[in-house]
Amino acid sequence: MTAVEVKNLFKSYGRKTAVKDLSFSIDTGEILGLIGPNGAGKSSTIKIILDFMKPDSGEVKVFGQDMNEAIKNQIGYLPEEKGLYKNLTAIDLIIYLASLKGMDNTLAEKKADVLLKQTGMLESKKMKIKHMSKGMGQIIQFIVTIIHNPKLIILDEPFSGLDPVNTEIMKNMIGSLRDEGNAVILSTHEMNQVEELCDRVLMINYGSEVLYGDLKEIKSRFKKHSVQVDVEGEIGDIPGVIDKKDNKGSVELILEPDTTPQIILDRLRDRGMPINLFEVTTPSLNEIFLDIAGGKHE
Amino acid sequence: MNKTFLIFKHEFLYKIKSVSFIIVTLVIPVLALLSIGIFKLVSTLVESPAEEIKTIGYVDEIGTFTDHTDQGSTKLVAFASREGANRALLKSDITEYIIIPQDYTSTGTIQRYTLEEEFITPPVTTAIIKNFLTGNLLKDEVPPDTVTLIVSPLNLEVTRVTEQGDIALEQSNINNIIIPGVFSLLLCLSFMFGTTSLINGLGEEKESRLIEVLFSSVSIRQLLVSKVLALGTAGLLQVLVWLISAPLLLNLASTTLGGFMSRIQIPDNFLVLGIIYFILGYLLFAVLSIGVGAISSNAMEGGQLSMLYTLACYIPLWLVGIFINFPNSPLWIVLSIFPITAPIQTMLRLGVSDIPPWQLTASMGLLVISIVVGLFLAIKIFRVYMLMYGKRPGLKEIINSLKKA
Repeated sequence: MTAVEVKNLFKSYGRKTAVKDLSFSIDTGEILGLIGPNGAGKSSTIKIILDFMKPDSGEVKVFGQDMNEAIKNQIGYLPEEKGLYKNLTAIDLIIYLASLKGMDNTLAEKKADVLLKQTGMLESKKMKIKHMSKGMGQIIQFIVTIIHNPKLIILDEPFSGLDPVNTEIMKNMIGSLRDEGNAVILSTHEMNQVEELCDRVLMINYGSEVLYGDLKEIKSRFKKHSVQVDVEGEIGDIPGVIDKKDNKGSVELILEPDTTPQIILDRLRDRGMPINLFEVTTPSLNEIFLDIAGGKHE
Repeated sequence: MNKTFLIFKHEFLYKIKSVSFIIVTLVIPVLALLSIGIFKLVSTLVESPAEEIKTIGYVDEIGTFTDHTDQGSTKLVAFASREGANRALLKSDITEYIIIPQDYTSTGTIQRYTLEEEFITPPVTTAIIKNFLTGNLLKDEVPPDTVTLIVSPLNLEVTRVTEQGDIALEQSNINNIIIPGVFSLLLCLSFMFGTTSLINGLGEEKESRLIEVLFSSVSIRQLLVSKVLALGTAGLLQVLVWLISAPLLLNLASTTLGGFMSRIQIPDNFLVLGIIYFILGYLLFAVLSIGVGAISSNAMEGGQLSMLYTLACYIPLWLVGIFINFPNSPLWIVLSIFPITAPIQTMLRLGVSDIPPWQLTASMGLLVISIVVGLFLAIKIFRVYMLMYGKRPGLKEIINSLKKA
């Protein structure tokens, strides 16, 4: 089922174009990585999806409908800047914001207890927000985002400022949300996070689509014709290899166009060299972005 | 449950539980109560000092000024010569002395001698000397009662009549303006606190992007309407506490302090009009604050911009001195119809005279129109600028945005 469908979206602020002819969709049960550098148009796109602002042209449908109160109740949104009512306790804040999503107070408290326990914050349930650390506040805000079991979760830079332990907790929870059949839009400029979590990727720059599609398919499309190898001893010259690059403990072998990785593996085996590592080189999203944005890719 | 009500409940409870709200609400009645108590305590414990008798010497060169030497707390003592009076002054037996020269009846001039450095003779001393001289000059000409009447202060009883010639139910009296004046000041304070609270709240939510979380759950209209209503209700609660405590405190003060306090009146329609003008005034200031909150990049900037209209509401209080002396000037009609000054000026006018129904209707009508139009524009401005962070838009930019919206 399509959770969000965006067609030919345009948005300008005065003379500056923030979003330019953007089209994409996200299905339930998948995580879409909305990636791009700062100022690429990610936040503007999210604000249009959430109906905070109207596009200049284009169409947005959420679960096949225009935004309305019932749809809002099915959305969980975590903004980039994290702010909360500082004088409220964690539980009062969670219950209040959950009630605005149509959730019953008793149910909200029960669910809050479960999520607070899951994140190791149950003991801080009655602590005022102003007494919490930044990381604790972010976890509370994440709980607020998902407490009402939203079908669409929009996370804008969810890991910024989080310590590794809390980052891992949040990653696991995001993965579980996807597995439960929810749609997640993960907006970030940290591409390694997207590689870990996302099924589909929309890369934008200057408001326009740079790359869009299945993450595995994209990586396969942009894979290099090379292999990463770590062997005992000196590799020496291997037929079919046109260049060698040291790469932090391993060596990247750049292959001739008609040489496959299997041929190289066979040749290494024939030499009787113990092989610690052998893998086909796949570029990171960051490398792909730099490649495309730099105009190196044809 | 309705989301508007949920936000209303949250904002109302959040507001009335805040320390600043509790202090501002209770501090006025508590201070008044304390003042009455302290006055009562002091007046009970400390006896009034015995009235000091002042003695003025005089040298009568004519020889007929012998009566009316007892002028209340002042006695006039005759001396045979200037030298005798001078010695008594230097010994502090008298505080000063006068000489009534032989040619007084033709020149009207009296000489006064004192040890004090004075630019002008104190009015009380002048009155005493005048009464002494008048009483003696008239003693053989008119009956004693007439002399007493002449030297007594004028007791003027003023009665206001209506245009129909009947005696007005409410009589103009400086005491009548005391309660409306104090209430007007409190109303200004309440508007100012409400405005500050709304702008700070919106500023904090905007700065922390919490506003985005709220918008992902509710509409702009729901959020703004519930915020305004919640803060308005909290403000109304505050004003009700003041209004209810005013007659009680007045009653207590009258029985405890007596004097002019017992002559203070509260206009008949004061309570009803006070509540109506509070609600209308509060709503007007709230919609202005929404617009200001939306275009300001932070709470501090919003607070500075809001001074433009919060200070304007004090104009009737700044002009209250002129108002008391010239209560029928057309300026007060203009100020009681102009929306920003209307609540305060109307309250002040209630203490002085009846306000014609057409002026009340025009005043309330214009306030209602301003609120409706203001809310319409404020929501539009809010929609355009609330999610823009950083630079504050200029007036031209805002007008262009409103045209496009």
